[in-house]
Amino acid sequence: MTTQIPVAEELFTWPSDSPQLIGTRFPESGVTTFPQSKSCPKSGSENGERVLLPRIGTLWSWTVQGFLPKSPPYAGKETAKTFKPYGVGYIQLGNEVIVESRLTTAEASELKIGMDMELVVIPYSTDDDGNELITYAFAPVKK
Amino acid sequence: MAEDVAIIGIGMHPFGRHENTGMEMGAYAARAAMKDAGCDWSDVNYAFGGSASAGNADSMVSTLGLTGLPFINVANGCATGGSALISAYNAINAGAADVCMAIGFDKHEKGAFAPDPASHGVGQWYGDTGLMLTTQFFGMKIQRYMHQFGISESTLAKVAVKNFHNGSLNENAWRRKPLTEEEVLNSLMLSNPLTQYMFCSPGEGAVALVLARGDIAKKFQTKPVYLRSAVLRSRPFGSFEVFNSWLSPDRGNSPSVGAAAAAFKMAGMGPSDMDIVQVQDTESGAEIMHMAECGFCEDGEQEDLIQSGATNLDGRLPINTDGGCLANGEPIGASGLRQVYESALQLRGDAGTHQVPKPIKTAFTHVYGAPGISACTVLSN
Repeated sequence: MTTQIPVAEELFTWPSDSPQLIGTRFPESGVTTFPQSKSCPKSGSENGERVLLPRIGTLWSWTVQGFLPKSPPYAGKETAKTFKPYGVGYIQLGNEVIVESRLTTAEASELKIGMDMELVVIPYSTDDDGNELITYAFAPVKK
Repeated sequence: MAEDVAIIGIGMHPFGRHENTGMEMGAYAARAAMKDAGCDWSDVNYAFGGSASAGNADSMVSTLGLTGLPFINVANGCATGGSALISAYNAINAGAADVCMAIGFDKHEKGAFAPDPASHGVGQWYGDTGLMLTTQFFGMKIQRYMHQFGISESTLAKVAVKNFHNGSLNENAWRRKPLTEEEVLNSLMLSNPLTQYMFCSPGEGAVALVLARGDIAKKFQTKPVYLRSAVLRSRPFGSFEVFNSWLSPDRGNSPSVGAAAAAFKMAGMGPSDMDIVQVQDTESGAEIMHMAECGFCEDGEQEDLIQSGATNLDGRLPINTDGGCLANGEPIGASGLRQVYESALQLRGDAGTHQVPKPIKTAFTHVYGAPGISACTVLSN
């Protein structure tokens, strides 16, 4: 059985049935960063607290990655022939933070600014042992 | 202060794809600028220059002559050329030099840049998962802007059509084939809503400028152009920039807003005083948004301005008169200086086939890039 390996530690809670992104909230400035950050880019404060971010948000903007990204840095194993475009967007999580994410759909007709989106986990590549490498993504909330 | 710094010589190595190295193109541009200024390398008593991927500018002294002048390498991303110019401007204003060179050159591989996450201060995960592409940022910034301010896809395409038209008239441009709106809209969708022909490409080229104290400018050049201001700003909190895994819901201004306002204030002029404008057009949407960020219109007014042809060469406010980044490509180190070169050419009336028909007395330039920097200048006769 293949193992699922997250792209980075402490990016999202894992393993979990309902994973959440992990950020840092700086109480003095009210700023929340994603991922975690040692200092606040607004105030320079180093007094941040680890915080789990909301799983549901709204689409703030989006695009579709239409061509195979250069590797490195991209770690996907597609070739120009097997590559399938993927969606990318910013999702606003309440009034806390707007996070950048891959989207589960690349169909322009399915994406509208303001629509509800929820966090999921998706594979983006495999390692040499056949393990699945996973990252977070946002999917349109099913009505 | 306003008369104090003049551009007395301009030189360019044509942009595009070439056999020679970036450094050789830089030396070519330097010699062309000195010839234009009627000066020798020994007259230059300070130099600033840089490239992003074609080597250290100061090694050019072994080609131009080992005169012992102070030559400072500048590395500031997309604002490298602009930063070299600001450094030269400041050196002259500070009395450290009478005649100064600002030079930028570059030579990039084909296709989108492949940046290294660590050198941009972001985690490896960001690059691994396919988020580290400048093209995505541009797509998402204009996507939201179009949604908020009612900009149409036709207007996006018209910016590219205009810039490729201007490029077709400019002998130093790279892309010289005019395109129709349909061709732009129907080209490959790279990053929705931006198609292939709405994006500029990393390229090659070089620009050098010779600057001098205003009171000695006419000894060298019968048609000096005056640099009324040169300003650089980094990003304020809340700006929307490339390679940001998060944004604050508390939105702020782009660094271009602050840079442009400061450049106008220093020059004692405003956006309505400008006869021509060069703004960063990494892609069509960038030109549209920068028109508002630099103060030339309100958000959303671009739709009518561009549809009515106001930004064409014969329009009320010609923008990117040499074809911009779209037609010239983007050799990072040289790009900001190309805008100043073009402005000087237009102010002198020497732009030939792409000379703006109305009289030109003032010009504005704006460069913008990663990781959220903007450099602006105001020039006049």
